[in-house]
Amino acid sequence: MSLYPENFQIEIRLLIEAIYLKYNHDFRNYSPASLRRRVAYALQQFGCQTVSALQEKVLHDPDAFMRLLQILTIPVSEMFRDPTYFLALRQHVVPMLRTYPSLKVWIAGCSTGEEVYSMAILLHEEGLLERTILYATDINPQSLEKAERGIYSADSVRKFTQNYQKAGGKRAFSDYYTAAYNSAIMDKSLRQNVTFADHSLATDSVFSETHFVSCRNVLIYFDRALQDRAFGLFHESLCRRGFLGLGAKETVQFSAYAELFEPVVREDRIFRKK
Amino acid sequence: MTTAAPTSAPRPARRFAVVVIGASAGGIEALGTVLPMLPKHYTLPVVVVLHLPADEPSLLAEVFSYKVGLATKEADEKERLQPGVIYFAPPSYHLLLEADGTFALSTEEPVHFSRPSIDVLFGSAADAYGERAVGVLLTGASQDGARGLLAIREAGGQTLAQDPAEAMISIMPAAAVELGAARAVLPLKDIGRFLAGLEKEA
Ligand SMILES: C[S@@+](CC[C@H](N)C(=O)[O-])C[C@H]1O[C@@H](n2cnc3c(N)ncnc32)[C@H](O)[C@@H]1O
Repeated sequence: MSLYPENFQIEIRLLIEAIYLKYNHDFRNYSPASLRRRVAYALQQFGCQTVSALQEKVLHDPDAFMRLLQILTIPVSEMFRDPTYFLALRQHVVPMLRTYPSLKVWIAGCSTGEEVYSMAILLHEEGLLERTILYATDINPQSLEKAERGIYSADSVRKFTQNYQKAGGKRAFSDYYTAAYNSAIMDKSLRQNVTFADHSLATDSVFSETHFVSCRNVLIYFDRALQDRAFGLFHESLCRRGFLGLGAKETVQFSAYAELFEPVVREDRIFRKK
Repeated sequence: MTTAAPTSAPRPARRFAVVVIGASAGGIEALGTVLPMLPKHYTLPVVVVLHLPADEPSLLAEVFSYKVGLATKEADEKERLQPGVIYFAPPSYHLLLEADGTFALSTEEPVHFSRPSIDVLFGSAADAYGERAVGVLLTGASQDGARGLLAIREAGGQTLAQDPAEAMISIMPAAAVELGAARAVLPLKDIGRFLAGLEKEA
């Protein structure tokens, strides 16, 4: 007996293909184990017996697809996730970034914006935000809207504050938000220079030259071929000696681009284009 | 004197391909009993989720490397499972097994307040390995793991729970027993002996 319904594998492929043909979202090269979990969860949420039934729903109803996209994209994030990453950025990347008269930073797979505000705060405290353009991209339009609003639950703020302190924060985290109705509204000056945009690492191409790309906890959901595609985009976008920051368990080391980057802070997954 | 005729039947494929172990409160001690019982040159990969306070850099692989005869390490995404290696889930990630014999990581929401979650690992083991999976649920104060162990059992795999009477905290193995997820309920020493014995089943 199997954990999942009969024909699960076949039907997932058909669903993914249908989503690609209809909505141009390409999940064909995502890691299977995680995708299977998400689809199984979606079946429960939609009250569908089979993936085929789910497929029929999302093919004919864009709102249903939008609901499914929330499940498939895993919009989970936090501010200053892995504080040592941000600390390492301050110590080893910021000094180099200072040497540029103007900066472009790309946060790829920014989800609901926590990483964007974290980066903006860091750049602000280092006196760089004024001369920086941040591109914050994701494939989930609802996450991008949430990122742009910059409102987070009061519950999450305690964790954010702890992370901020461990990440070498120079002020009080509360300087950056206004508390209201059980929520924290991020200071909008932080996103003054942020452009939020729908962009897929699976199907879109490079849109700008950048000095620093931060792409965290996105590549773990891709197979090797799609990871290579993403690394290709980053490599093309980055200027000579530009920086690439990844999630705590991600590396460029086993990719087709291994030779084209060198580690800057190995433990914190910060690399530099050769 | 006659010697037994060589059998012409092909050697049956090894029954099991992976051991997955889940533990929570009291888990370091329990694993400290079970893991050292595995023989050197063990031929199955062993994958462990142990609940720990998040954010602590995980020293598990190091801690156990001194106690265990086998290689220990934190699992990396897309890493291929190797026989005789004990893998630990990295802190703040779910660890999943893929059908192609590699690991996957995910940052999706915690399950039963836990990330890594035992249910997530066990569920993926049931899905990817089915009857070739061995699931072991040890001491803990969580609800995590029982459903995953049931998934392995329903997929035809072998499932063991630590005897709740012996467990430092009985809640977790008791939940598995209650659900009917465990084919065998055993004290730690017998779990260790059973796992070591899988070695001979070739
Ligand atoms: C787990 S979140 C990571 C959020 C944040 N970077 C962090 O580390 O906390 C993964 C994000 O990747 C996005 N994503 C998935 N596939 C993508 C793709 N092909 N291109 C761009 N973003 C993608 C998802 O929508 C989701 O918001």
